Amino acid sequence: MNSRVFRQSKWGEPLIFEMGVEGKVGSIVPKVEEEIREIVGDVESLVPESLLRTNLPQLPMVSEAEVVGHFLRLSQMNYGVNSGRLYPLGSCTMKYNPVINERLASNPRLLSAHPYQDVSTVQGILEILYQLKFWLMELTGMDDMSLQPSAGAHGEFVGNLIIRAYHESRGELGKRTEMIVPDSAHGTNPASAQMAGFDTVTVPSGGDGCIDLEALKEAVSDRTAGLMLTNPNTLGIFESSISKVSEVVHEAGGLLYYDGANFNALLGKCRPGDMGFDIIHINLHKTFSTPHGGGGPGSGPVGVKRFLADFLPVPVVVYDSKRYSLDYNRSHTVGRVRGFYGNTSVLVRAFAYMLSMGFEGLREASELAVLSSNYIAKKIGKVRGLSLPLAHGKPRKHEFVLSASTMAKETGVRALDVAKKILDYGIHAPTVYFPLIVEEALMIEPTETVPLEELDSFVEVLKEISAMAYTRPGEVKEAPKNTAIGRLDEVRAAHPKTFCSSWRRYKSLEEKKGDG
Amino acid sequence: MNKPHPYLPTSAPEIKRKMLEDLDLESVDDLYSDLPETLRCTCSLNIPGPYAESKVREIVEKALEKNEEFLCPPFLGGGVWPHYVPAAVDETVQRAEFLTSYTPYQPEISQGMLQALFEYQSLICELVGLDVVNSSMYDWASALGEAARMASRLTRRNEFIVPALIHPERLQVLRAYAKPAGIKVVQVGYNSETGQTDLEGLAEKTSKNTAAVYIENPSYLGFAEERVNEISEMAHGKGALFVAGVDPLSLGLLRAPGDYGADIVVGEGQPLGNHMNYGGPLLGIFACRGDLSVVKQMPGRIVGLTRSLKEGERGFCITLQTREQHIRRERATSNICTNEALCAVAAAVYLSLLGPRGLRELCEVIVSRSNYAMRRLSEVPGIRTPLFKAFHFKEFTVHLENGRRYREVHEGLLRREIHGGKYLGAEFPQLRETALFCVTESHSKEDIDRLVAALKEVLLE
Repeated sequence: MNSRVFRQSKWGEPLIFEMGVEGKVGSIVPKVEEEIREIVGDVESLVPESLLRTNLPQLPMVSEAEVVGHFLRLSQMNYGVNSGRLYPLGSCTMKYNPVINERLASNPRLLSAHPYQDVSTVQGILEILYQLKFWLMELTGMDDMSLQPSAGAHGEFVGNLIIRAYHESRGELGKRTEMIVPDSAHGTNPASAQMAGFDTVTVPSGGDGCIDLEALKEAVSDRTAGLMLTNPNTLGIFESSISKVSEVVHEAGGLLYYDGANFNALLGKCRPGDMGFDIIHINLHKTFSTPHGGGGPGSGPVGVKRFLADFLPVPVVVYDSKRYSLDYNRSHTVGRVRGFYGNTSVLVRAFAYMLSMGFEGLREASELAVLSSNYIAKKIGKVRGLSLPLAHGKPRKHEFVLSASTMAKETGVRALDVAKKILDYGIHAPTVYFPLIVEEALMIEPTETVPLEELDSFVEVLKEISAMAYTRPGEVKEAPKNTAIGRLDEVRAAHPKTFCSSWRRYKSLEEKKGDG
Repeated sequence: MNKPHPYLPTSAPEIKRKMLEDLDLESVDDLYSDLPETLRCTCSLNIPGPYAESKVREIVEKALEKNEEFLCPPFLGGGVWPHYVPAAVDETVQRAEFLTSYTPYQPEISQGMLQALFEYQSLICELVGLDVVNSSMYDWASALGEAARMASRLTRRNEFIVPALIHPERLQVLRAYAKPAGIKVVQVGYNSETGQTDLEGLAEKTSKNTAAVYIENPSYLGFAEERVNEISEMAHGKGALFVAGVDPLSLGLLRAPGDYGADIVVGEGQPLGNHMNYGGPLLGIFACRGDLSVVKQMPGRIVGLTRSLKEGERGFCITLQTREQHIRRERATSNICTNEALCAVAAAVYLSLLGPRGLRELCEVIVSRSNYAMRRLSEVPGIRTPLFKAFHFKEFTVHLENGRRYREVHEGLLRREIHGGKYLGAEFPQLRETALFCVTESHSKEDIDRLVAALKEVLLE
């Protein structure tokens, strides 16, 4: 089965700048009407001298045919979940992105709607946003929600601002300066807390990979502003003592923040609102199937319990049973974290996804994500050199973390090498070296949209790689060879003398080389 | 669920059974045995479906039909603008290999996205006249918030000076980003005739506490800030940085901010091939000077050019990652992870299509038409436009005299299937009965003439 051949396209594609030739055009700009030209005259003479651009920007001159070909060939040197076989990137939830959602999001009445149009002229969009917000509140058990944040980390920032504003409203911000974060947390958690002005306090995980209650009790104090937690945690294990965690944090006067990156394991099974979380974010580009776009756009709606509804960013989409509108009247609002109302076209895709799934389908999606993850975890955990550390015998949820430390010790083949070798089979690599509490970590999340045949095939691939590691380790360490390019010199990329992030810098580095 | 679902290949009962047997389990619920009883959802939540694809389409399309359409694009700007998006742009960003990929952390299999982002960075560098551009922020406003924090880190100072006529929403975002970092936002006044920043006021407010001076070009109200050289000198003279916020499209005609001394440039990339989408997704542009000490304080992802280790082939990877949250955690320059990469790819395709002359010509069309609209509107009795004597790019203020209410006039336009400008009186008390209109290449002479005629009619009502 694994002899199935994969060769990624390789085009040796020049930079668009290298394709430019004086005189070529890629588009025709509309003409200025003669009468307008007569009345307005020469545009350059209108521009103040201090601002007139005398040298045109050095953009390439390329025909449309070449531009389209160039970017489509580049796309062929990229790997998407819809075009690839399997994208088991832990924590990123690379599930199939339904194509109908793309068609619906390209509706001209959405594409061409301006955010400052009178609300009376955009009732359709507002209806969708309100409906979506209501369903997300149902699923998460929260009482109100903002659709404004553009990403998960953006939602975390909002959540931390709300925690800050809440303590401020009670006159306690001066002393409540600490945000508690488990050592297994996503990097965005401590970074978001820091951006909101908190000091982070890291609590260690216990032997089962879950938050250590005793350590937590030690960590809380009247300086505690809150705790950020993802559940299931980054090891894919459900934090069963969550109600106790909630008690400890709340008794200390802190608030509980839910990082919804892993919510896709729990749809219809349990709700963060019931676990005691006061504020949550959810990643629509993970749990609700909207495409990641090579890094974005995403969407990270933030939900709160009723006592925090007044702190939400403005405006909030509301409905008075006659018309939909935007509510700017939130007395303790944290303000805004971006322009306008959110990544609307991402929100519309999530809305369509929920209609396609329904409540039962969403629950089924979570269950199958968990089933698929356990199905392969059990098999891969037995592969020579790999192991499932921590929480032995506990079921995983939608993802699990392997350790390749035995393999590394015995063969010199590290988690990174395994990941690179996986690419050679036309399968995307898992997340590596995260969470930090597992040595030589490989974090695997198959999602519910992968057929059984591919799950089985993935297990076989790992067996084959393991066998290779123990017999011909060099071959694994040299991977990948079936991708558009081999391993890259990342040190060179970051070195002060060779750092190059633009064409203009590239040209000047090449010139220097020429001189020397 | 009884029936298999098309998105769920393992939902067929026989397949599921096989997987469960393999795990020695009776039901999937056994995998949730660690959920405390008290936390389990027992009821069915109130979410409709699952629906057939045809029904999903019908529901979404029916809802969107409630959005009103107009005879031409709305005369609205203020941070999102109606511009034409070429078909080649839409085609590129709909490619599944781009659209459905994750952040290119595995460079060997993601060269396409990495090169496209490198080209985006390179194209923006040419526009803004600076050496380093990151691969995107959420939008102009959040990019401005990050710029204030970066300026404060670089200068170890805590005041950020902005114009009084800054976009009010952008100001609100800036404050949300600045406050937790202990940065004070200070506003400087303007000349009421020209809208230009009051340089004497600026001189008074710039001090050894100033981290940076920020200007918007064109400003929120559409006029250009002309005395950029003086402002740059004033900021640098006090050891502060100079930050410029731009509409990148205007840079086909207007000077690159890097050329007039800007250390950091932020802006909104939506006009570069991204649809308005009711305000999102947008594309936050973020550029800075190339000294590595400056770049190391930059937020966001940067794609760099390098070589493959073995064959020495040219290739691309994410670089300077030690600034980022997944490595540096609470000491990262920002928490940003997911960004607006696909919108950046759209911008790269757009700028490649336009080229240097196309961009210049497009600017000329925009300026010609917006200035034509101002001329024609200013001939209408009861209308004063623009309020500020300065060069305007695509937006301009339209003021109603003789006690006429903008709200009423606006509704008169809506009845004629024309969407007028954005009312400014709620944001600036000094701009009562004034609206911000926007004219771009997507408005023809006919559209403008129709607007003028309609306004005349409405004002006579």
